[in-house]
Amino acid sequence: MSTVNSHEHHYAHHFKNADHEFVTSKQGVWLFMVTEILMFGGLFVAFFIYHNMYPDMFAEGAKQLDWRMGFTNTLVLIFSSFTMALGIHFIQKGQNRKATWCLVTTLLCAAIFMVIKYFEYVHKFHLGFFPGKYLDVAHVGAEHANLGLYFGFYYCMTGMHGIHVLIGMALIVWVLIRNMRGDFHPHYYTPVEGVGIFWHIVDLIWIFLFPLLYLVG
Amino acid sequence: MAQSNKDVHHVVEFSILLKTGIALFGLTFLTMFAFWMHHYLGAAGPIVAFLIAGVKAALVMMFFMGLKYDSLMNRFIFALGFFFLLLLFTLSALDIWTRVPLTSTL
Repeated sequence: MSTVNSHEHHYAHHFKNADHEFVTSKQGVWLFMVTEILMFGGLFVAFFIYHNMYPDMFAEGAKQLDWRMGFTNTLVLIFSSFTMALGIHFIQKGQNRKATWCLVTTLLCAAIFMVIKYFEYVHKFHLGFFPGKYLDVAHVGAEHANLGLYFGFYYCMTGMHGIHVLIGMALIVWVLIRNMRGDFHPHYYTPVEGVGIFWHIVDLIWIFLFPLLYLVG
Repeated sequence: MAQSNKDVHHVVEFSILLKTGIALFGLTFLTMFAFWMHHYLGAAGPIVAFLIAGVKAALVMMFFMGLKYDSLMNRFIFALGFFFLLLLFTLSALDIWTRVPLTSTL
């Protein structure tokens, strides 16, 4: 039972049918996800290699991070992934109003994630933990002269991830508005499916970033 | 691409999504437990942490992203990303760890 008026979706003329269009669009999103893995993957590989070179310095860096912040953010992001998947589930069942609430919850969780991230960054700036050469070793009382390298990785990886959260939020707002407008129904919800996959990869990357940056030092 | 259209719009059951969510929460707590036990785990600590992360990632990919119900082609495409990542890691690591120091007399 649809709670909003469904708009008819006409598939593009170069597709055989609506399913063909859906499958093709989804495959495009999966190809995009491969580029995401490789982009973050490069940072992960660099992190592993430098960690192997300077294990003690990385341990000192990881000690400066508050695991409670990372832990909370992990739970928030997992929950948001759950509500995103649930949103698609409800649209597929034609329960668009429930899907709207799921998408709103996802958006809220994303906002909470960014607020926590903001407080983390501000606290690090306050203490003087800047990336690379901007980290004043004497000022922060660092044991290792190259501690800036750890924070270079920290800001690049969490910053890149944070940008993805912000883009994801914008995309969720887009599908949320379209859902409320009644664009989606069990036979057409391609944008939500694509945004969902993107949102899950944001969660997927954080699942690895959390132990990497906060715990394994 | 040959694919039957009957299961293009697979609906993942609510109970499966809920169980996946609960499992992911549980595994996050397990990660923290392993972290607090790192004095006992020693060098195995990071391996345990990443093994748990791997299980969590598999759950997200299979049920939240729906790869378990997706076409073979999409699963192959996504796996390709990890394959090339492994290639990048292996070749980079081989380069770094097989370098001969500049002071070598070789």
